[in-house]
Amino acid sequence: MLVGVLAGMLASGFAWVVGEPQVDLAIGYENQRHQMLGEAPEPVLVSREVQSNIGLATGIVVYGCALGGIFALVFAYAHGRIGHLSPRGTAAVLAAIGFMALILVPQVKYPANPPSVGDPATIGSRTGLYFAMITLSVLAAIATVSMRRQLARRLGNWNSTLLAGAAYLVVVAAGMVILPSVNEVPADFSATTLWCFRLASLGIEAVLWTALGLVFGVSAERQLAPERHPGRWAGQSLR
Amino acid sequence: MIISSIAPSAKPVSIPVREILPWAIFAGLLCLLTLYFVGAEQGATSIFPGMYIHEFVHDGRHLLGFPCH
Repeated sequence: MLVGVLAGMLASGFAWVVGEPQVDLAIGYENQRHQMLGEAPEPVLVSREVQSNIGLATGIVVYGCALGGIFALVFAYAHGRIGHLSPRGTAAVLAAIGFMALILVPQVKYPANPPSVGDPATIGSRTGLYFAMITLSVLAAIATVSMRRQLARRLGNWNSTLLAGAAYLVVVAAGMVILPSVNEVPADFSATTLWCFRLASLGIEAVLWTALGLVFGVSAERQLAPERHPGRWAGQSLR
Repeated sequence: MIISSIAPSAKPVSIPVREILPWAIFAGLLCLLTLYFVGAEQGATSIFPGMYIHEFVHDGRHLLGFPCH
C-alpha cells in the first residue's frame, strides 16, 4: 500500500514538471483576462507566486498521493481477478481504465475550466453534476469489467472485451445526454486559451495516470515476484 | 497479440478480500477526504471557514479539472 502512495507522489512530481509550462500559460491568461476587464482585482489571500508554485505542487502531489492510495487498494483487489495479467499488466490496465473512467469520460461532458470561467453562484450544482458524472462513469466501468469477465467464458477475451466496452459507452453516452450541460464560458473568452487549458489539464492527468500505472506496476512486480510459479500456466481458471 | 504479450505464464495469486477490507476502509476514507480537500473544500461546500485552502490549491484544482468558482 505504501508503494502505491509513493508511486502516486512520484507520478504527481512528474506531472508537476511536465505540466509546469502549461500552468504558466494558464496563469498568464488569467492575469490577461483580469486586465482586459479592468476589474478591481480579487482580494489577495494567497499570492500568485505561492499559488502557482508551492500551492500547485501541494495540490497535485496530495491529489496524486491520495489517488495512489486508492489505486493500491483497487489493485490489491483486482490483481488476479481481472484476468491472467502480471502485476505490471494489471497496474497498466487499471491505470488505463481509471484514467478513462475518472478523467477522460467525465471531462468530455464537464471539461476543466480555467480561472475566470464559471459563475461562482452555480459552483454547487456544477460540482454536484461533475461528481455525478464521475460516479456514473466509475460504476459503469466496474460493471463493465465484471461483465467482461462473465462473458469471457462464452465469447472469449476479444469479443467479450469489445462487447463490454460497447456497453460502457452506451451507458455513459446515455448519462451525458440525460445530465444537463454547463456552458458558462464568457462570449469574449479566447477559444485558443480554453482549448490550451483543457488540453493541458488532460495532459497533466494523463501523465499522472501513466506514471502511476507504470511506476506502481514495477514496484508491485518486485513485491509480488516471489509468488510467481513458472510451472503453472494461465487459462486454468478465472479465479 | 497485445493480450498474449503482456500475459504472464504464472497464474496470479489474488489477495483475499478479508485482508484488503480493513485497509480499504481506513486508507480509502483518508484518501477520499484528502481528495475532497484538494478538489472541493471551500468551493461548493465548506468545513473550515474562509478561503485559504481554496486559494492555496487553486491552480491545482483548476488544472486537475475540478469545478472551481
